[in-house]
Amino acid sequence: MHFIKGRNVIHDFADTDENEQERVVRAIAGIDLDVKEGDFVAILGHNGSGKSTLARHLNALLKPTSGTLWVDGMNTAEEENKWKIRKGTGMVFQNPDNQIIANVVEEEVAFGPENIGVPTEEIWKRVEHALEAVGMMAYRYHSPNRLSGGQKQRIAIAGIVAMRPKCIVLDEPTAMLDPTGRREVLQTIRSLNQQEHVTVILITHHMDEVLYADQVFVMDDGKIVMQGTPKEVFSDVEQLKSYGLDVPQVTELAYELEQCGFPIKKGILRIEELEEELAALYQSGFRIPKSK
Amino acid sequence: MKNITIGQYYPTDSVIHRLDPRVKLFGTIVFLVSLFLTDHYLGYAVITVCLAAVLKLSKVPFKMLLKGLRGILILLLFSVVFNIFLVPGRELVHIWFLSITAEGIRRAIFLGIRLVYLVIGTSLMTLTTTPTDLADGLEKALRPLNKLHIPVHDITMMMSIALRFIPILMEETDKIMMAQKARGADFETGGLLKRAKALIPLFVPLFVSAIRRAIDLANAMETRCYQGGEGRTKMHPLCYQKRDKRTYCIYAGYLIAIFGINRILVAFQILPFLFA
Repeated sequence: MHFIKGRNVIHDFADTDENEQERVVRAIAGIDLDVKEGDFVAILGHNGSGKSTLARHLNALLKPTSGTLWVDGMNTAEEENKWKIRKGTGMVFQNPDNQIIANVVEEEVAFGPENIGVPTEEIWKRVEHALEAVGMMAYRYHSPNRLSGGQKQRIAIAGIVAMRPKCIVLDEPTAMLDPTGRREVLQTIRSLNQQEHVTVILITHHMDEVLYADQVFVMDDGKIVMQGTPKEVFSDVEQLKSYGLDVPQVTELAYELEQCGFPIKKGILRIEELEEELAALYQSGFRIPKSK
Repeated sequence: MKNITIGQYYPTDSVIHRLDPRVKLFGTIVFLVSLFLTDHYLGYAVITVCLAAVLKLSKVPFKMLLKGLRGILILLLFSVVFNIFLVPGRELVHIWFLSITAEGIRRAIFLGIRLVYLVIGTSLMTLTTTPTDLADGLEKALRPLNKLHIPVHDITMMMSIALRFIPILMEETDKIMMAQKARGADFETGGLLKRAKALIPLFVPLFVSAIRRAIDLANAMETRCYQGGEGRTKMHPLCYQKRDKRTYCIYAGYLIAIFGINRILVAFQILPFLFA
């Protein structure tokens, strides 16, 4: 059974252009999507590729114009499923400031459980566990206003974890963070996936954030244009570039070397991998070919 | 801009701080009622002693309270002066067309005391209660109003969200101001009208951003299953402790004392004697 199953999902927005003419913008143009429970899935795409719109569908914030999307076996288009879906699938947004509701960290984390009517004692346990899971226990009684961007984002994640969801959707959670904050948030996401076995759907345009994913979907113009393991996706550097996406530096270097005539395998993701590859080449007596 | 404190909470640990916010809200009302019931010096003496005791217990420095009084200084002066000169009665001094009467002086003194105590009493509540507690207390205390279809939960939720976003919007204002100053905007010179006009280009982007934030926040709240106050539980449910119940008893005693003094003075016809 797939946790998320989408069949020909289409979403249209009504918009007005410069001449005040009504027009329809197709944000998602027929997507088929399958995500297994417990997977770490990354959705890649440049701005305007429809990836955020897709994310909002997974949480029933938006409904498909046509096609069907099932989350945990529930059709998102049906009104009575809305709250059940949101209970099982949490969502973290881009701007950490705009998703924090309370004035104290622990109350912020408790907000979700309070909404779904968890008894007080259980809330305490969940809040403590969630803060522990994101490594923010020390800031329990602090005001969220004084925290760094990465810390705020971890609090937002803790707020979702405390609701005990099966799946967390993160819509560009690192876009507004500095490198330290990004690292913190990514580590938190990975450990949630590995230790708590939460299904993670990470939406991003940073290539290096998808390396640990089990599966990568690349979106362009409202469609899924590539999918597979990170290795599979990154082995086609040309195609990725045609969608306006960059590849990690190592992958780029390996690709360039291969273009120059080095017999290097495709889809190199880590520096160590390229090192090994080059060392093996050197030992096999490979000589640098004359470049044209 | 960042120095503005809302709610002016004075963080320390005292008996008063630990009280349930509902007790403090109710206490403030009791205090205000007693202020307006009292019409003689003896009553005010009792009130003063009680207020001083609460102040001492709260560990709030007196200086903090004086700060609050500065705001009503003009109002205080006006009402006192008007009362001294304009209340008719037994004339004491006559200057030109103004006359000072014994009743006027008495009224002015009482009014002054009432105003000052009113501010001190309410400030004591906000100084000893965090804004979050205050909102929680209000929500629970006003719950009966739900029957009249007043959305109490929604109102208190808005209150606490507003408190959370004040520092964020302050920071944003600072940023927009700096961005506009960098491009030659002038907020500091010119007359009142010119300066007010310079603020318009500041408010437009601020409002746009506030609305965007509101949309984001609404989305975030919905994804976390927020559906209003129905069926919500609390991490820190308000629950009366022994000390809260004891405080309610003290309130009852206090009201009876104030009321009693009033009645006794009237019954024994001592009032006119005291006024003289």
